[in-house]
Amino acid sequence: MADKTPGFDTLAIHAGAAPDPATGARITPIYQTTAYVFDDVKHAADLFALRAFGNIYTRIMNPTQAVLEAKVAALEGGTAALALASGHAAQMLVFHALMQPGDEFVAVRQLYGGSINQFNHSFKSFGWHVVWADAEDMDSIEKALSPKTKAIFIESIANPGGRITDIGAVAKIAKRAGVPLIVDNTLATPFLCKPIEHGANIVVHSLTKFMGGHGNSMGGAIVDGGNFDWSKSGKYPLLSEPNDSYHGMKFHETFGGIAFAIACRVLGLRDLGPSIAPQNAFYILTGMETLSLRMQRHCENALKVAEWLSQNPKVAWVNYAGLPGDAHHALHKKYTPKGAGAVFTFGLKGGYEAGVKVVSSVKLLSHLANVGDTRSLIIHPASTTHSQLTPDQLKKAGATPDVVRLSIGIEDVSDIIADLDQAIG
Amino acid sequence: MNHDEYTTNYIRDILRGVKTIALVGASSNPVRPSYLVMQYLLGKGYEVIPVNPGLAGQMLHGQLVHRSLKDIPKPIDMVDIFRSSDAAGPIVDEALALALKPSVIWMQLTVRDDEAAARAEAAGLKVVMNRCPKMEYGKISGEWTWVGGNSGIVSSRRQQRHENGKMQSLGLGGTSNTR
Repeated sequence: MADKTPGFDTLAIHAGAAPDPATGARITPIYQTTAYVFDDVKHAADLFALRAFGNIYTRIMNPTQAVLEAKVAALEGGTAALALASGHAAQMLVFHALMQPGDEFVAVRQLYGGSINQFNHSFKSFGWHVVWADAEDMDSIEKALSPKTKAIFIESIANPGGRITDIGAVAKIAKRAGVPLIVDNTLATPFLCKPIEHGANIVVHSLTKFMGGHGNSMGGAIVDGGNFDWSKSGKYPLLSEPNDSYHGMKFHETFGGIAFAIACRVLGLRDLGPSIAPQNAFYILTGMETLSLRMQRHCENALKVAEWLSQNPKVAWVNYAGLPGDAHHALHKKYTPKGAGAVFTFGLKGGYEAGVKVVSSVKLLSHLANVGDTRSLIIHPASTTHSQLTPDQLKKAGATPDVVRLSIGIEDVSDIIADLDQAIG
Repeated sequence: MNHDEYTTNYIRDILRGVKTIALVGASSNPVRPSYLVMQYLLGKGYEVIPVNPGLAGQMLHGQLVHRSLKDIPKPIDMVDIFRSSDAAGPIVDEALALALKPSVIWMQLTVRDDEAAARAEAAGLKVVMNRCPKMEYGKISGEWTWVGGNSGIVSSRRQQRHENGKMQSLGLGGTSNTR
């Protein structure tokens, strides 16, 4: 191809996925192997010492996984990516590379409930301390910063509230503080929003959701923006100082713009081990080829369902940034102009009981704990995904007891609306 | 020319065209980038001649280390500069003073001197700054994908195994449709 940068849809299909060098297979093969033979002892030593490109062991890298990584990196406009077993694994490895025991990071409360749990509980046992702020209030983020702060964490489109975060404003705060901005871009996908273009330094994904898109495979990813000077900062010894487990190699000096992705792989993934199954990488790769087509339809359908709900007399409120009157409509126009996503919440005038009745009565929508499937999904967060949170945390996460969360699929929208209609009654 | 970004064709032509590379700032420390890059380029079939006055006369990766560019007893195609930006200018001038000038000046990641680049270009040389030839070779060959790297290149051509016959080694052959 000529030197013109390929467009998004071309990258979704072709990035990282040239015909297989070993066999000529046009579709990326599933490399279902645990290990790879060496040419000789020197080749093995070079690979282990990071002196050569190449595969050693599938806990650390795999050719099917590598194609997925290159594709995610290309779509996000990052320098490199690392694919992992899940989005949670991605978050764990990001913070493992940045944090020492006793360090802090700032996260906004408007997050996926699973992330809130991970930060509050499991991270605490590693000595990594989350300090909570409010995505609606930039001053609260500034005030949460301290000399121990090592990162700021936000979601581009927050789950479950469907709120859209002012990424550029948070990026300015992070830059002034000299810490990287981490953005969970799971619900937006790079089709709707590329956080690195707005100043993010690291992007994380649950690939299980819209990226894979078919509800069949767990996966996560870390994308390196290549735009943070780890050596200059001096706050991130794993990236800037000689590493004992690699004979004193300095990651940023050696790997430049992909140092963060490499460190997450050869330190975090090597030692903590949450690798993605090659089979799952393959399913997610197949799904990603149609990312644009699916996201367009997801967003069109979501807007129509939100409009219908907002006209329904039994519905108390609808939180969907795609609706013109929504508090986040302006941020949607700025950060996700092609659509406001397909995950949003609404509340019924009948409160908690009415919400439970709806999720119990649906026949087309599936009542389950996932989002970003071709199928439309429904859940009552207060009794499921967010059930471990306190009432105050529920409110701040946008998951009050009357809240019903929808993940609108790509079925005929008239059928989705008809099912909600009969379920609401 | 604009040195903020380079086209794939520009880099590919350089990496395909040069055979002999003088690597200024060569190191015998096996975790230094210059050590890794020298080893990699040798493995891809380039003749790499290390330059470092502190190591002159010693052998590095089987190659004799020279004191300076002018001490190299044969013509070189490319000078790869592994020194700070401040030191790059005098090295470029030394290269331009050679009886047989190289055709390419390459400055490593973080190394950039626009005035020196302009002098080299005025003398008819091609210049690359703030890039690593190992990384760029990896992007064009496809090896970059193995570390999850975004090369910016897409292709429906099968990637080419390197002629060295080694396992897990790709060459510059078939990733381009513009050949």
